[in-house]
Amino acid sequence: MLLGAKESMLRRVAADIVPGMTVNLGIGLPTGVIQYITPGTCVCLHSENGIVGVAPTTPGDTPDRNLVDAGGAYVTNLPGAAFFDSAVSFAIVRSGRIDLTLLGAFEVSCHGDLANWKIPVKFTPGMGGAIELAQKSRRVGVITSHVDRKGNPKIVSECTLPLTARGRVSRIYTDMAVFDVTPTGLSLIDIADGISVRELRSATGAEFDVSALNPTTFV
Amino acid sequence: MFTLPSKFIRIEEAVSQIRDGAVVMIGGFGAPGTPFFLIEELVRQGPRHLTIIKNDANETGSGVDRLLENGQVDRIVTSHIGLNSNAVRMMNEGRIDVEFVPQGILAERIRAAGAGLIGFVTDVGIDTEVANGKQCVEIGGKVGILETALAADFALVHATRSDPFGNLTFSAAARNFNPIMAMAAGQTIVEAEECVGPGDIAPDHVHLPGAFVDHIIDMFELSEVSNVVGR
Repeated sequence: MLLGAKESMLRRVAADIVPGMTVNLGIGLPTGVIQYITPGTCVCLHSENGIVGVAPTTPGDTPDRNLVDAGGAYVTNLPGAAFFDSAVSFAIVRSGRIDLTLLGAFEVSCHGDLANWKIPVKFTPGMGGAIELAQKSRRVGVITSHVDRKGNPKIVSECTLPLTARGRVSRIYTDMAVFDVTPTGLSLIDIADGISVRELRSATGAEFDVSALNPTTFV
Repeated sequence: MFTLPSKFIRIEEAVSQIRDGAVVMIGGFGAPGTPFFLIEELVRQGPRHLTIIKNDANETGSGVDRLLENGQVDRIVTSHIGLNSNAVRMMNEGRIDVEFVPQGILAERIRAAGAGLIGFVTDVGIDTEVANGKQCVEIGGKVGILETALAADFALVHATRSDPFGNLTFSAAARNFNPIMAMAAGQTIVEAEECVGPGDIAPDHVHLPGAFVDHIIDMFELSEVSNVVGR
């Protein structure tokens, strides 16, 4: 994925974070969204390692070795933030306090199924908090490169890898497009500048509808 | 008047209780809250065939990975090892057995043990491999799976402050699994960055009551290896 395309994608994701939300950013691409949330936005970021009120670091900050996000990157906290243990952190998740969770994916299906914790034999990082975040957040968005390193689609008609959650993903953001998951399948709502629908179809492992496509591309 | 017991001990003596085959919980989420001093002493003393319960496997060459690379671990119960390529390789080569548990379920299983419970029912993990082989339970029309409490022989805990009785405070994201693991083990050993006198931590400001703590190591006494605390 080109750097410019990644930035555009993360900026497009950040535009969907609206004031008042409580949001969890998963390890990997999602934690990068924090740099693109408009400063001054009234938003509560939850980090599963025991923080609500996460804020980005700014140049010149002295890192606090005890203040990192779930992926280990340094963060800061807003005035009014709170720290708590891991049992409380997931009480917040399971009881439905998270409005939006953004997660990475190995595979995501047109039905909203997500696989992101186990590639049998090859690479099993583990699920971390993803199963609970995906099953219990009010909305779940996936942020992923449109294709894997070998060029295979990550958006598929059926997941083949062990699932993280079934039918919970409602929006998929990639470096090429944004899709909504609807009861009738994928609906294309945004396409990156310079990408044609034809190119997109050949890079996507599931059918999608284009009638809801936003005429303004994201760049 | 009474006085509360004091639990300070030398690190060598505290860790020498951990023998071959022990089940050891280790606090921390990534580097914050990981008891690096206690882990180094466990490496030095070298008990083997350990089962480790820890949220993650730290990073290569650090924390729990020191026990893995020293061949002391048979099994690890964890939620995520993706930031430690050595742990992933050892798992793939069959040199360690890894049980993956969703992070909040891992926390709650530990908390349940610490609260004297046998288990609990949750719908987390339904539709996934996590539910395989577990007993289904129906309560009020909702179907859940039975998760068992997870206890250990020892908990190794990193605290910011401790008083002599073991009342603890933690800092920022270094709290994570430390207080719940301290509750769930037969013997809880704490390394504290700062040790203070009785009453210096106000009763309302205690994060973990000393009732759960057995032994306290004053890290000030170990300052020559303090570089292991840094990331």
